[in-house]
Formats: sequence, structure tokens, C-alpha cells
Amino acid sequence: MELTRYTTLTQPIICRALEDPEGLAIVFIHDDGTEEKIQAAQFHAEASRYALALQSTGVQPEDLVILVLRHSQTLLFAFWGAIYLGAIASIFPFLTEKLDAQIYMERVKELVTHSKARAVITFPEFKAELSALLAGAGCAVLSTADVPQAPDKEAPTVEWPAYPGDKIAFLQHSSGTTGLQKGVALSHRSVLNQIQTYSQSIDLRGEDVIVSWLPLYHDMGLIAGFVMPLVAGVPLVLMSPFKWVRDPKVLLQAIHRQRGTLCWLPNFAYNHSARVIRSQDVAALDLSSMRAFINCSEPVYDESQQVFLSKFGAIGVRNEALSTCYAMAENTFAVTQCPTGQPARLDWVNTRLLQEERRALPVAVDSPGSSAMVSCGFPIPGTEVCIMDEHEVRLPDRRVGEIALHSACMLSGYYRRPDLTAQSIRAGWYYTGDMGYLADGQLYITGRKKDLIIVGGKNIYPQDLEAIANNTQGIAPGRSVAFGLYDKSLGSENIVMICEIEGKGISEAAKKAVEMDLRRRVVQRSEIALADVRLVEGRWLIKTSSGKISRSANRDKYIQDFLENETEHSNQWRNQ
Amino acid sequence: MTPDIESTLSEYIRTQVLKRPKYNLGSDDALISSGLIDSFHLVDLALFVEEQFGVRIEDTELNSNTFDTLAQLSALIQQRIK
Repeated sequence: MELTRYTTLTQPIICRALEDPEGLAIVFIHDDGTEEKIQAAQFHAEASRYALALQSTGVQPEDLVILVLRHSQTLLFAFWGAIYLGAIASIFPFLTEKLDAQIYMERVKELVTHSKARAVITFPEFKAELSALLAGAGCAVLSTADVPQAPDKEAPTVEWPAYPGDKIAFLQHSSGTTGLQKGVALSHRSVLNQIQTYSQSIDLRGEDVIVSWLPLYHDMGLIAGFVMPLVAGVPLVLMSPFKWVRDPKVLLQAIHRQRGTLCWLPNFAYNHSARVIRSQDVAALDLSSMRAFINCSEPVYDESQQVFLSKFGAIGVRNEALSTCYAMAENTFAVTQCPTGQPARLDWVNTRLLQEERRALPVAVDSPGSSAMVSCGFPIPGTEVCIMDEHEVRLPDRRVGEIALHSACMLSGYYRRPDLTAQSIRAGWYYTGDMGYLADGQLYITGRKKDLIIVGGKNIYPQDLEAIANNTQGIAPGRSVAFGLYDKSLGSENIVMICEIEGKGISEAAKKAVEMDLRRRVVQRSEIALADVRLVEGRWLIKTSSGKISRSANRDKYIQDFLENETEHSNQWRNQ
Repeated sequence: MTPDIESTLSEYIRTQVLKRPKYNLGSDDALISSGLIDSFHLVDLALFVEEQFGVRIEDTELNSNTFDTLAQLSALIQQRIK
């Protein structure tokens, strides 16, 4: 991929539309299985329509445009339309049946107000409500129905403004639970640098076909499963995340039909696919075209990859196609990547020394008291990774510390949040908050500095869930804790909440009602299903010496008090 | 109305989904809209229903509009067995 001649992300897309108008850009698979092919020139024409429509509502270059659209071609076109115009695009996760519509709309309003967005693009059914809600906020609401249809497949002959590479192209919101306070601002140059260098790491070629079901509001879906293929001119086969969750074989069918070669998946997807796809339903498929399934965005577990391999090996999944990557929105996407064409390296280390002394001492394969750490590969070209101790001093190989990075594809900053930017970028290094070690140039992730929970690839902040509990009738304010626990069968974390109940001698029925109320409130606000909720008497929760409720101590107490005593399934839970 | 179906489902949900065999799961407790069963376990549940009762629940039906409680799911299965 040669992208160095471009200064903006739109140039390669427009060039391709002119030079190879019939080139395949996207195959969009609808939920009923029908496929819609979008050619390069057509994509350009559709994106241009959105740019013109936004322009006519008064949107200027540099303005923020928020997309409140479901996973659809419309979303793809609108995103690029905003960028064509020189505006800053940002995708907001779409309303689902589980979320409370009123709370959802309030969140849109909050984001518009905080980030001073100038336009929202949404579907006609939301226009009236959002217009009323955003009245006076200085933000136009554009309905997709108001965007003029293209008269034919010819692209409008509008000259888009040339702008410098350091201009912000879009925001990626780190997917929080209850809001989107942190918008990672990425410049055209950073994103181009990421695509250029990451393409080298994965040896991206014109013959590749990228297949994805990932949502576009998350970095893995947005970059690997949308922006990169379009900019690099590699065909993208895209389907809905909701369809995939309910029927994951659609991904394998798409790979078979389209001769897919690359696919990015979070760790839980390997387990989910292996668990719920019936072998007989996919027996006739051939997945041998796949160069790499790249495990990314959650901690990578070798056992998840192995269940996937043993289930789908018979239809062409090869061990050397099981690759890994460490990525984050703050570096546009990839930070490290395993060389494709070979399986990720396993590093067997002494578990106790890793946990207690933060040293990754290599031991013999599968020896007692050892853990197999899965490598996330080498830093991509142009990205430097180091491990820092708590005094921000670099640590040697095999010592665990905070992962910091420096690159030419880093964020410009958190949008309109200079305070957060200054906190995480120090002396040119971005501090990731993830813990890990380097060995022979490869990066291994061991945990997280902050109490972040990752469920199904989504980042969950426990404090957001605790805040919901604080406002739930019957729960003592400030007396709740949320934490994650790895579940081997899911290949991901489960969320557990423990809350102290208000008052004494509360009946079981009343407790149940409080539990159900809390569960429902959490789902409606965050779409998070709590795996376990325990309502306990006052003084159950353990506090730290500084008087704060300790997530880790209460997690240990939960495992001991509830899991080990109560169920024979406790061995399915693993303390990380 | 269908105690066998309901108790089979209840046991499955308590032991395999909630992993709390003694959990007090009522016939009319909301399963999906409350988040007691998440999207992933819902697919597992549909497979279990198919294996156990020979009744297919399409993936497009896996939402709280089709069923949200043990009683509703049992009724749905009963209806499709006939």
C-alpha cells in the first residue's frame, strides 16, 4: 500500500473512484442474507451527497457532526460525507431495543452540548424528537430523508477543499458505559500513517478481502473494518453486529462466499462461534482462503483460539492463521501485531513471580505453576513501545509495568478535553493504562492499571455501574461495587455487582425486587447484562485504608463467600 | 400450564446461565429486558430449546418481544410442539 503521496484520507478514495470506478469497495450483507455491492465511484457519489446536504445545513469545515444512525450503508456514506466536507465525523452507538429511548436521547443531547456539535444526522423517525431536544443548542438535525438522491451514478463535480494533514478527521469515542465523554481526536495524517504502517505489518495486498461484523463506533470496527479497507482500496464485506451475535455462522458463510482473507475479532467471538455454531450447518464451507483471524481488543486467551481451531479446523481454519494484535483508539488502532502466516508466540512464565514480583520468568512449557502468555506481536513500524515503572522510568525486558507508546499515528488529543490529554500524554509518551512486559521485542499484556472491565470487546467502567446502583431505591448510597471476572466458557469477563441493602430484616421478596430493578436500570442505560448481583447486609463490603470500597478485595471475598461455597461451577471462574 | 417445560428451562437457566443453582427464579421474572440473560446466553438458550424440545426459535425472534419470562417461553415451546 503506497499512501505517502496523500495528505488526507479522502484523496485515495476519490482517486480510486476516478481511476477504478467499478472497483469493488464494499459488499454489504443485509440481515436477510442478501448482498449489496457498492463500487468505488458509487461510494464516492453517495458520500458526496451527504457532504452537499451537510453543507446546505450550514456545516463548515472543522465543525463536529454526530451520526446517530444504525449499522447501515447510510452510516458509511454519511461518515465520509462529513469528512469530505472537512468536518469532523463521530459515530454514536445506535439505539437498541434494550436501551431506554428517553435516556438515550438525553445522552445524545449531552454529547452535542459538551462537544459543541454543529449537526446530527439521523433517521427520519428521530428527527422531530431530536430537533425539539436540541433546540437552542446551535446544532442542525439532518434527516437521511432530506438528503437529495443522486440523479445518477455520476459523482458530483464538486472540488472538495484541500486541507492540511494535521486537520482532525474524526473522533473515536472510547466506548464507556453511560456516556461518551472522551472523544479521541485523530488527524488525517495519523490515520494515514496508521494505515500505511499497519498495512506493512499485516502485509495487506490488493487481493485481500476483509470480512467484518464489528460495530463502527469502536476502533477495531471503525479502522480495521471500515476506514482502512476503503482508504487502502481493499474490498470490505460488512454485516451487522446484531445479526452476528444471534447467528455467528453468517460470518463464516460470508468468508466462504467472498473468499475472505482477513478478519478481526475480539477474544469472546472465538468462544461464541465455537459454542453456538452447529458443525453440520457449516460443514460445506471452505475457510482456507483466510490468511489471518486477528484476535484483538480483549485479553487474548490461547484456549479461546484453540476451541475455535478445533471446531473449524476441518473447514479450513489453520493454526498459522490465528494471529493477535494489541490496539487502541489513541494510536488510531494497532500498536503491535503478530507477523501473519504464523501463530502467535506463547511465552510460558512462572505465575507466582508474575503476580507477586511483576517479573515474567520463562519456564518449561506447561510446567506446574506456569501460565501461557499469548504474544501480541511486535510494534508496528513507526510505533515505539516501552514499559514504564511508577516513576516513569523505562523497565528492562521481562519486567511488568505500564505500557507507554510513541508514534506518528497517535491521537491529537481528547476532543475539547486538554485536561485529559495532559494526564495521559507525558513527555511525548501516551500512557495506555494497560500493564504488560516486553520480551525479545514482542509485547505481552498482563492486566490493567485501572479497574476497567472488558466485556465482549466493550470497555466498561465499574464506577458508572456503581453510580447507577447509588440511585437505585433500596440500595445504600455509596455502598456498591462492580468488578469483572473471567469466564472461561465465554472467553470474556462477566460483570458482578455487590450492593449493600438499605435497612435491616429486608424480606427475600423485597430484595429480589431491588435486584431486578437494578438489573433493568443498568440494561436500559448501558445495555450491560449483569452476570451476578448480590444484595448483602450492611458492612459486608471491604474498604481500603483510605476508606474507599476496594474492588479487588471485594472480588476476592465474593469468590470465597459465594462461588467456592455455593456452586460446583466455581472452577469455571478464574481469578486473573 | 407446562410445569415440565418450565422446570427444565428454569434449571438450565439457573445452572448454565446464572450459574446459581439455588437462584429464586420466578415464572414471571423478566429474563431479557432485565439482563438476567445476555445476548450471548440467549443464543445458547435457543440451542438448548432446539435440542431439548425440538422447537426452533429463529435468531430474529431472540428478543423480549417474542418472550421475556419463563412462562412466556414455555408457552411458546408448548405451542410449537403441537
